[in-house]
Amino acid sequence: MISPYYYQLLVITCINVIMALSLNLVTGCAGQLSLGHAAFMGIGAYTAGILTSVYGVPFLLALIAGGVSAALFGLIVGLPTLRLKGDYLAIATLGFGEIIRVTILNMKITGGAFGLRGIAKEANLATAAAAVFLAYWTLMRLMKSRFGRALTAIREDEVAAGAMGIDITRHKVLAFVIGAAWAGIAGGLFAHWFRYLNPSSFAFARSVEILSMVVLGGMGSLEGPVIGAVVLTYAPEILRGASDFVSRYRMFFYGAILVIMMLVRPQGLVGAGVFRNGLRLPEIHGLRGSKARRMQGPKLRTQETAKDSQQHAFAKGLGAAMPGGHRKGSTGTGVRQRGGDQHADS
Amino acid sequence: MLQQVVNGLTLGSTYALIALGYTMVYGVLRLINFAHGEVYMIGAFTGLMASQIPGLPFPAALLIAMAGAAVVGVAIERIAYRPLRKAPRLAALISAIGMSIFLRNLTLAVMGPQTRAFPVPFEVRHFSIGRLRINSFDVLILVTSVGLMIGLHFLVQKAKIGKAMRATAQDMETASLMGIDVNRVIAFTFAVGSALAAAAGVLIGMNFNAVEPSMGMMPGLKGFVAAVLGGVGSIPGAMIGGILLGMAEVMGVALLRSEWRDAIAFGILALVLLIKPSGIFGGNLQEKV
Amino acid sequence: MPILEVRRVSKSFGGLTAVREVDLAINQGEIMGLIGPNGAGKTTLFNLVTGIYSPCSGEILFNGTNLAALRPHEITGTGLARTFQNIRVFGQMTVLENVMIGRHCRTRAGVWGAILGFPGVKREEKETRERCLELLDFVGLNVDPDEKASNLSYGQQRQLEIARALATEPELMLLDEPAAGMNPQETREIIGLIERIRDAGKIILFIEHDMKVVMGTADRVAVLDHGVKIAEGTPKEVQGDPDVIKAYLGDESDAIA
Repeated sequence: MISPYYYQLLVITCINVIMALSLNLVTGCAGQLSLGHAAFMGIGAYTAGILTSVYGVPFLLALIAGGVSAALFGLIVGLPTLRLKGDYLAIATLGFGEIIRVTILNMKITGGAFGLRGIAKEANLATAAAAVFLAYWTLMRLMKSRFGRALTAIREDEVAAGAMGIDITRHKVLAFVIGAAWAGIAGGLFAHWFRYLNPSSFAFARSVEILSMVVLGGMGSLEGPVIGAVVLTYAPEILRGASDFVSRYRMFFYGAILVIMMLVRPQGLVGAGVFRNGLRLPEIHGLRGSKARRMQGPKLRTQETAKDSQQHAFAKGLGAAMPGGHRKGSTGTGVRQRGGDQHADS
Repeated sequence: MLQQVVNGLTLGSTYALIALGYTMVYGVLRLINFAHGEVYMIGAFTGLMASQIPGLPFPAALLIAMAGAAVVGVAIERIAYRPLRKAPRLAALISAIGMSIFLRNLTLAVMGPQTRAFPVPFEVRHFSIGRLRINSFDVLILVTSVGLMIGLHFLVQKAKIGKAMRATAQDMETASLMGIDVNRVIAFTFAVGSALAAAAGVLIGMNFNAVEPSMGMMPGLKGFVAAVLGGVGSIPGAMIGGILLGMAEVMGVALLRSEWRDAIAFGILALVLLIKPSGIFGGNLQEKV
Repeated sequence: MPILEVRRVSKSFGGLTAVREVDLAINQGEIMGLIGPNGAGKTTLFNLVTGIYSPCSGEILFNGTNLAALRPHEITGTGLARTFQNIRVFGQMTVLENVMIGRHCRTRAGVWGAILGFPGVKREEKETRERCLELLDFVGLNVDPDEKASNLSYGQQRQLEIARALATEPELMLLDEPAAGMNPQETREIIGLIERIRDAGKIILFIEHDMKVVMGTADRVAVLDHGVKIAEGTPKEVQGDPDVIKAYLGDESDAIA
């Protein structure tokens, strides 16, 4: 039999894999940065923990209830923020995470700062592994479905996705809610493995840890988050003996991973997700396509010259049908140039 | 009641200083500079170290802190944001949050987790006007903040670089076609925003007599909330938003328990996002199609 | 009774009026061209019709429904689809997936169906796939359907956008500069495609600068200048209109500047 130390490490790995997979649906697939994923885990953990320890609810039922309550909070946070374009979700989820932590800290039933004790050790490697399997399987089915396709389209180009008939808010909120539900279930497992809950376990630092796993492994792919979670769960344990610094300043490395991966290998270790071909491609047809194009400023023709030549060209066209090739010179070049970039990169 | 207004003004003006950095950077790059709270913290540390130089007057220490933070701000832009300027926004956002965590924990590793006292370089006096009690800190914070904001106003409205900044915020492509060195403008924006945050860091660090590596997180977030409240991208908005948030927080704490101090800001954020996401002075930030 | 009716629609951004009190009506079976100098408000008008912008005043009726109150995806659901001037294909998705996105509003499979793999979901997915392959054929895009869309040439991406829009089963197609940046051969193909789409029973409103395309395909042409409709009629009529000629040539000083 494996030692209790490795057994525990395996259970933690399972919990982290579920967390990474569920965050990946939101951030990797739908392209929405969430910085409060640990809060959903906390909601699930406390809900399930209180249900079994205080109300004597069976473990599996409590686990599901934890997932449902986390999903409910996901809906509450997601509905107002996901309607909006851009970066508000990141800040809102960060703030939400803090509010949840403060709330748990100030509640009686959660044990406040002393933590929640006396939860039965119901989880084991088998339940954790089963949960991983189920999470992986459902998320795989989702990503390969009509729903997953819509999420990818939203990530790639929100305006175009909306114009193609996709209800953007609905899909983003759904992804967010499903992600939250799985985080809640992971929390329930956490509660019934460690038997003790403290609000600080579900603080911002945990959310960053999960995000680092997804980014390191590769956003938007299925294998990426799994590999990222495994690597980042084991690396500190392996390095712990080598250096005290590593375990004391884990967060330092997570920060560095996030920056360095974005600069050097945004597609992650696996490299099959969002930034499949590095960063240059989405620059052309990416999340913020038109923005990127505008940023490319100097490479594009000036609007003035284009307008002039277009007007002259049209004036000629008024007399006799204008030769198609002529106009291409004015409007076409900028576009052709971008096309050229793409091929050079792929 | 009047006492609360003064307290709110003092707190709010520091939020405003932080919010200005967010809003200016968002104006030119459409990016939330998550590391802004850490710049504030680094500013406080720099100010603390400078003030320990014997014989250095306080204004000089403040200036050193602002200059140091400006350098850090420019470096952050150079390292973590500029290479990603043409990348999808998600990449820049992740890089920004990574930078924030990195800097906080780098400081933690170098300076240690302990909270340091900020020795007061002048004699603290207490004034009473009727029932209203004001001390030197309140005066210093208000005077410094207002002074900096007036300075910023002239810089942005009158100076050549300020005009270039506004042009870049309007349309980066056209600005660069008009011969504006966009990279320089962006670096300058980071420098100015960071210097303002550092000033806030020094003032707060001194007022609460506490400087520590994670001190930037909450004020950083609240500065952002203030910027959203005033309308992200709007400089007067950031000032008004900061003051309003400070007021709301002081009033809120007076009414509720102080544990909820931090939740008030996020409650306000939620309300703004629900009712008027563009904020008080927010223009149309709609993407061009 | 026109299918699409734009009534006195205005839109301004800040102080700038991009579209001013524009009227437009398109009838069954028609191909209508929308022309005008750059910045005349043509694309803004498209964005108003497709719900990306909401008009400051006026109404837009599509088969009697006022579109102004609807969100973009709901408008697409009513039978209206568009392409974009600055191509917006989903670059990281495959060619086939791009077209399948167009089928989104005509299919039903939900989250539970996907997870549990109901037979109906599988059937729907298969039908979607087949329909979309047919559409790729229809627009004449002969590439590997599993190729990543960003690897396509510029002209192919325009075709892909048209296939994607057709997949939404529109009654009315809005094409924003379908021939922009194309060589003469590709332009001829686009003209042929526009005609095939019309023959398939769809109404077309398109923006185009290439007069060969406009003259060759449009039944009627409307001209915008500075956000105002300055002329409307057959291509021949519009061509001779003095206002139109002035709008394009501008004053002598404008032309030099």
